[in-house]
Amino acid sequence: MDISIAIEDVLFREEVRDFIQEHYPSYLHDKIAKSEELTKEDFLVWHRILHKKGWIAPSWPKEYGGPGWTSVQRFIFNEELSAAGAITTMPFSLTMLAPVLMQYGNEKQREYFLPRILSGEDWWCQGYSEPGAGSDLASLRMPAVRDGDDYVVNGSKTWTTFAQFADWIFCLVRTNSDGKKQMGISFLLIDMKTPGITVRPIRTLDGGYDINEVHFENVRVPIENLVGEENFGWTYAKALLSHERGGIADVARSEVAIKALRKIATTELSDGGPLIENTIFSKKIAELEIDLLALKYLELRAVFNEKSDDLGPNVSILKLKGSEVQQRIGELRLEAVGYYGFPFKYGPQTSNTAIFPVGPSYTQFAGPSYFNLRKTTIYGGSSEIQRGIVAKSVLGL
Amino acid sequence: MDLSFSEKDFMFREEVREFIRTEYPGDLRRKMKQGKEFAKEDFLCWQRVLYNKGWAAPSWPVEYGGTGWSATQRYIFQEELGQAATLNILPFGLKMLAPVLMAYGSDYQKGYFLPRILTGQDWWCQGYSEPGAGSDLASLRTSAVKDGDEYVVNGSKTWTSFAQWADWIFCLVRTNSMVKKQAGISFLLIDMKTPGITVRPIITIDGMHEVNEVFFDNVRVPIKNRVGEENMGWTYAKTLLSHERTGTAEVPRSKYGITSLKKNARKHISNGKSLLEDEYLSNKLAQLEIDLLALEYSDLRVLSDDFLGKKGTGAEPSILKIKGSEIQQRVTELALEITGYAGFSSLGGPLPMESNAYPTGPGFGFGAGSEYFNMRKSTIYGGSNEIQRNIIAKTVLGL
Amino acid sequence: MDFSFSEEQELYRATVSRFIQNQYGLEARQKIVNSDLGMSRENWQQFADLGLLAIPFAEEYGGLEGSAVDTMVVMEEFGRGLVIEPYFETVIFSGGILSIGGSNEQKQQYIPRIISGECIFATAFAESQSRYNLADIKTTAKVRNGGFILNGKKSVVWAGPWADYLIVTARTSGSQFDEKGVSLFLVDKNSEGISLKNYPTIDGGRASEISFENVELSDESLLGHIDDGFDLLEAAVDRARAAICAEAVGAMKALHETTLDYVKLREQFGVPIGNFQVIQHRMVDMLIAYEEAVSITYMATLHLDHPVEERQKSVSAAKAKIGQSARYIGQEAVQIHGGMGMTDELNVGHYFKRLTMIDVSLGNQDYHVRRFADLTQ
Ligand SMILES: Cc1cc2nc3c(=O)[nH]c(=O)nc-3n(C[C@H](O)[C@H](O)[C@H](O)COP(=O)(O)OP(=O)(O)OC[C@H]3O[C@@H](n4cnc5c(N)ncnc54)[C@H](O)[C@@H]3O)c2cc1C
Ligand SMILES: Cc1cc2nc3c(=O)[nH]c(=O)nc-3n(C[C@H](O)[C@H](O)[C@H](O)COP(=O)(O)OP(=O)(O)OC[C@H]3O[C@@H](n4cnc5c(N)ncnc54)[C@H](O)[C@@H]3O)c2cc1C
Repeated sequence: MDISIAIEDVLFREEVRDFIQEHYPSYLHDKIAKSEELTKEDFLVWHRILHKKGWIAPSWPKEYGGPGWTSVQRFIFNEELSAAGAITTMPFSLTMLAPVLMQYGNEKQREYFLPRILSGEDWWCQGYSEPGAGSDLASLRMPAVRDGDDYVVNGSKTWTTFAQFADWIFCLVRTNSDGKKQMGISFLLIDMKTPGITVRPIRTLDGGYDINEVHFENVRVPIENLVGEENFGWTYAKALLSHERGGIADVARSEVAIKALRKIATTELSDGGPLIENTIFSKKIAELEIDLLALKYLELRAVFNEKSDDLGPNVSILKLKGSEVQQRIGELRLEAVGYYGFPFKYGPQTSNTAIFPVGPSYTQFAGPSYFNLRKTTIYGGSSEIQRGIVAKSVLGL
Repeated sequence: MDLSFSEKDFMFREEVREFIRTEYPGDLRRKMKQGKEFAKEDFLCWQRVLYNKGWAAPSWPVEYGGTGWSATQRYIFQEELGQAATLNILPFGLKMLAPVLMAYGSDYQKGYFLPRILTGQDWWCQGYSEPGAGSDLASLRTSAVKDGDEYVVNGSKTWTSFAQWADWIFCLVRTNSMVKKQAGISFLLIDMKTPGITVRPIITIDGMHEVNEVFFDNVRVPIKNRVGEENMGWTYAKTLLSHERTGTAEVPRSKYGITSLKKNARKHISNGKSLLEDEYLSNKLAQLEIDLLALEYSDLRVLSDDFLGKKGTGAEPSILKIKGSEIQQRVTELALEITGYAGFSSLGGPLPMESNAYPTGPGFGFGAGSEYFNMRKSTIYGGSNEIQRNIIAKTVLGL
Repeated sequence: MDFSFSEEQELYRATVSRFIQNQYGLEARQKIVNSDLGMSRENWQQFADLGLLAIPFAEEYGGLEGSAVDTMVVMEEFGRGLVIEPYFETVIFSGGILSIGGSNEQKQQYIPRIISGECIFATAFAESQSRYNLADIKTTAKVRNGGFILNGKKSVVWAGPWADYLIVTARTSGSQFDEKGVSLFLVDKNSEGISLKNYPTIDGGRASEISFENVELSDESLLGHIDDGFDLLEAAVDRARAAICAEAVGAMKALHETTLDYVKLREQFGVPIGNFQVIQHRMVDMLIAYEEAVSITYMATLHLDHPVEERQKSVSAAKAKIGQSARYIGQEAVQIHGGMGMTDELNVGHYFKRLTMIDVSLGNQDYHVRRFADLTQ
């Protein structure tokens, strides 16, 4: 047992840090600090910079344009991005779709789509969930019926993140409704510009707009956009779920967030002194930091485990604890700003007179982000589902 | 809505207070203070005092020797006993068996057993749980087979509290295994002196001997000791469970617990300050006290609905039990926390009666470890908290 | 000891409940929230016509002499309906200060106009640095011949945009944290030197940042005694706290009911999700949290007229407990609704937001646990 880091890795960390410092667009820092809404272009600006450097897809094999890093390097890279508070790169294409294409896509699909993912030319969204199929994803119903060289797709997907920006959507669709529900699902790549697709925005309780309903009405999808074999989509999608390594717990981002929280609590006052000196509040931050530390070592143990490249059920545990920590940070941030949690930047646009931020600039993010973070225990497999997985796969229950 | 007690209730409270002050045996008070173990005779002594006053069974009908008190008076009585930290009279005979006998027992059973329960002449224990039947009590298997005028009982009961002191045990036994499991159970009263009964002590994590295994090897029980009809025992046992609507929360005891926690925390000096001035600790205490207040008023609401003859959902005792047991556990948890290292010294449980040793560490710390471990039982027995949640989910929420 | 409601209280409950059922569905409510004004004057007039605005006031000013339990019932129902109109701000909070501390003339002048629905009040007590400390006041009122000059800033004044009159806390002597030296003033919002920045709040209401620049006040604007306004303020704030506890109770009840309906309806894996024991036990724990909240809110409400320390202790116990249960029930309701819980289109998120902000209002859980500890140890 040894928690020291190899000298190459230390140097690598330096290199990453320097690069970010030099090349990360500073206007993005401002925008995030002011909690302004991010545009598609904002994501793409940073994407292109990383692409140019050859670092946009750390987990891809070299042959497809990955940097050929070790798992430790990838971990460090992620940490540094988070520590710098950099805008996230899009997971849907880079870490969700691409591995499926590499493994199950045909030559043509790989050649066409992968470079476009790498360059950021195509923005992808994930069309899995349906109104009737959330936790029980395999019960999805959206049919794709063969008609000549096309599939005709009808139905709707929901909760689709950033569908409003997307050029393409990868969908699970039903191609057979006899037999076991997992067996009749296919994996389709659908151009969002195809006639018959409409996107309806869903506003979330925090006033934000990231998610959508996507409706399909007689949408024709060429058969060549089927990934792998018909009716095997479930297997492909599941393989993809276990691909994501490290970063699931978002430890580094949470560390940064706690640091920021401490800063807020140093500025905010309570009975004339800094809030951070309030015994109870500082104890809560301390407890949170302790939990985060435990989580960090849980993650390190999983990532640095040489015996296996598969995180297995650790993914579930990391996701569970990571999302809870994120939520608690949000909770404390809201607590820290006191009454300034009230002003609502994304409230009704009427002839109001106030200019936001109403309180200090860090306050306007506190309310919305608290409410927004409730999503983290719901999406990507809810906490209940993750516990179900651990109970089954680890405990044999 | 109105919180005040009537003049009559106030006077009653005074009377109770006065009674406890003058009549509660000083010997017991001393033992409690010194953290000594209580003997069977201690319980009996206090019960006799209550009996002589006519207060041994507040909830019994007057005809059987009850007090005829109103629900409020019974509440006040419990509250005063709790606040004075008197020894808890065990419920097995007075509160568990007696109502069943009154409702379903034969004239002989009522005439013979009830007076002996009231005076404390017979010590009863409860023989329900078995190694294979805990939460799923109806799956019990101890068998009773008719043979002439007797049942022959074979099998074993477990977790039987104070079986080591008992003169009698009331048991659920299987008299028919061909029907639905609830439909083949009978309710038997068994003399502990009957040949074939052996009691094996179980020492619990707090080092104490409270529970036992009771083995039955061809134990012959006269048929006249069966309560009600054969195979109807499950119904009888179930009605008994819903008898006490309030009181399951043990609010008065927890109140006393918190009062002494505060007293002790005030005495304990750490870093030159009393523990009560420690913000973390006093916050935890305050949170606990607030939760207890909420529980107390829930208890009172249930009581007041009673007054108006409004029927609740039937799940109130479950709610009160869940919260009450959690709070009891938190009281002991904080007590251990306040005690610090001295908590180690009391892991073996209260000192045996004959001991003349003094507890190490601060006097109040004595027993804290033991009580903390012991109190884990409160969320397990009497229907575990998980089972209570199942009951509420079904009966109140319709899930 | 009696926890039953009087006939009159049942009538209030039925009246408000009917109003909400018929006129205050989520859609109607959101229309009001998103309107330019952000509240409905028609609804306000209806409250006046129904007599709701008169409940807690003395008969001599046209009131109904209602008790705190009467307004508790109304607040509970408003909580169920997520009512935006400033009943709490005008009738309970400012109205409370007026009733407890106003002179006969002041009451004569203003209470009938509150009761008729003619004017709305807001209380401006918080400042950007003050958090929950009611005595942390920098705003000053300097004595000038025949009156005062008011200077300073107040933050997050609920219902500020709608108010005709403000009750403002200001320092007439002492230093920033002293209780002695706090005075209360009744100020016409249109007075010279007052400027407001109005904005929507995250729970659907409206609030203002208000600055006072050399605002001239007459002697008649002083509420209660000079320098001795703190006790009056605290008494009214405690009543206001008990009232929002009741509002929270109503919101929690509605949220629990909605969630319970949902778990019976929503199917995944071929069964209603309410069949999973994990969900069942959490629905039970939410129910228990709700029942505890009810109990402790009754307790606090019934202690409002008890001696000061008992009042403070009871109110803090309730507000602390409510903060805890409101957070628990709100978070769980969203979680159990899954993606649906995250949308703006369901009432779940709106209840959750209001419940969250109730914890923040007038002292959060930590603040009240501490206040309770200080009073009891
Ligand atoms: C902000 C956000 C972004 C999203 N982005 C996308 C996206 O881009 N693409 C996409 O396809 N989907 C997306 N989702 C959907 C997400 O994956 C689903 O919300 C999630 O799978 C849960 O499904 P559901 O919302 O239908 O909840 P349900 O499955 O209906 O669950 C409701 C509740 O029941 C619980 N539950 C369900 N089954 C069980 C069980 N067996 N045991 C115990 N408890 C159970 C759940 O944990 C939850 O608490 C997004 C969701 C959100 C909130
Ligand atoms: C100190 C003590 C004194 C006792 N005294 C007596 C006595 O005098 N007489 C007597 O008859 N009995 C007595 N008992 C026994 C007591 O009633 C049982 O312990 C209790 O019924 C639980 O049964 P079990 O111990 O077999 O646990 P189990 O039933 O095996 O339960 C184990 C765990 O599983 C959980 N569980 C079980 N079923 C479910 C379900 N359907 N859903 C979710 N969770 C579930 C339980 O809640 C528990 O956490 C005593 C117990 C203790 C600890």
